[in-house]
Amino acid sequence: MSDCTREELMTIAAARLLWDRCVCFVGIGLPSAACNLARLTHAPGIVLIYESGTIGTKPDVLPLSIGDGELADTAACVVPLPEIFSYYLQAGRVDVGFLGAAQIDRHGNLNSTVIGSYDAPKIRLPGSGGAQEIAAHAKQTFVMLTATPRSFVERLDFRTSVGYLEGNGARTQTGARGGGPRAVITDFGMLTPHPQSEELQLTALYPDATIEEARSKVGWRLAVADIIETIEPPTLLELETLRALNARTSAAHARRIEIPV
Amino acid sequence: MPLSLADAIERFVPDGASIALEGFTHLIPFAAGHEIIRQRRRDLHLIRMTPDLVYDQMIGMGCARKLTFSWGGNPGVGSLHRLRDAVEHQWPQPLQLDEHSHAGMAAAFCAGAARLPFGVLRGYIDTDLATHNPNIRRVTCPFSSESLAAVPALNPDVTILHAQRADREGNVAIHGILGAAREAALAAKTLIVTVEEIVDSLPPAMNGIVLPHWIVGAVVHCRGGAYPSYAQGHYARDNAFYRRWDAISRDREVFIAWMERHVLATPDHRAFLESLRAEAA
Repeated sequence: MSDCTREELMTIAAARLLWDRCVCFVGIGLPSAACNLARLTHAPGIVLIYESGTIGTKPDVLPLSIGDGELADTAACVVPLPEIFSYYLQAGRVDVGFLGAAQIDRHGNLNSTVIGSYDAPKIRLPGSGGAQEIAAHAKQTFVMLTATPRSFVERLDFRTSVGYLEGNGARTQTGARGGGPRAVITDFGMLTPHPQSEELQLTALYPDATIEEARSKVGWRLAVADIIETIEPPTLLELETLRALNARTSAAHARRIEIPV
Repeated sequence: MPLSLADAIERFVPDGASIALEGFTHLIPFAAGHEIIRQRRRDLHLIRMTPDLVYDQMIGMGCARKLTFSWGGNPGVGSLHRLRDAVEHQWPQPLQLDEHSHAGMAAAFCAGAARLPFGVLRGYIDTDLATHNPNIRRVTCPFSSESLAAVPALNPDVTILHAQRADREGNVAIHGILGAAREAALAAKTLIVTVEEIVDSLPPAMNGIVLPHWIVGAVVHCRGGAYPSYAQGHYARDNAFYRRWDAISRDREVFIAWMERHVLATPDHRAFLESLRAEAA
């Protein structure tokens, strides 16, 4: 399996964190690939919710947008967007929420709004969308993000979504009802929060990754757990299923659509 | 009640209006957005959860002074370059932002639809957005004393939707992904709906979204009116076009040339679609 990309390793590692019949609020990109890989392998009864209001969707190809027709066509039901956020997410009916971001800090707080200042940004990013309520209300969240010292930062430029705030139980003092980030899946392995301090620490590495690589990619002084797990290499089934899904997806997204004149 | 799109925009969308072109990825009213660009509307307050390509185009063409939104990217592709250029470099003019989360904006539309003064949600907890947007405040629940987020109701002057069909009385039926379309429709002072087809009568739809005729200000027959977004049951989202938009919109001159060729130089949406089809052939 030495020919796997790190992106494939991330996707497979994230898929393994999901369990059958869990209710999962899916984001576009790697989270969508991970959730559907889980559905196509060990978790056929997983309930995938996309914020466009599609519940229990089983797309044959990954959607490019959060609201592709494929998601509605294969959904158990489609509800209005205010319902998804009020009756499902804020009401605590989501087990797992996936998040990405441009920046993360050592307590799993996330920035997806701006690089630089809010009023005169160097880079204007898309913003929260559903992220801040997913971060607050999903029973747990998984964050997927490629690591560089510019993305794993000492200090966020903007706090879009809460992780553990300053740690040591600070989150539980707020009105956030969900459990916060239980894992950060990145391109060297996985960080998980320390049980007391809630600081993210290195707890797992891919077979070909090292602690030195992890430290070089993280912009804060990375805490390392006493025992570092080695993430099992992908199985043939995982890898073939993921690659077939990605191939179907690329072909579908490149397909010419008849312009409706 | 059927009207041409040009007449509907001329009559209901003046300079300075607040307008919401809703539809979450699905049924985005591109034809209406392009007609607003053709009629060179200015100083608009644009409202949309996801600005998408339609507002990227309107912002880049100088139609907007203010944007109320909750997620401003090209879905699955990356940035909206014209939105970014307006925020980062004030080109072609400064753009005031009224930024929310999806849940916050949904709550604001729901309040607007009910003609309540504000929406309430368990949100914006310890995030920086609330410190930068004075429209995000806290209220205390009078029953439990819990602190909750409050956002002012959104009541656009005009909401514009695209839908699959309307009947001759002006009742509108929508199916597929709805987003906050129903709420934005009911929150508006005036509602314009472009539709794929106008039929004699709609089939009975106990739970399909039907916007009843007396809340609909105008119905416009406009086939393909959501393209390059989509209309479930009629045509698919042109994901390849959404990808191509990244390169078209990245550069100011390329963007302007594209808009002139395909939008300003075409008299209506049909001609716009034909110009794209000719280019693709």
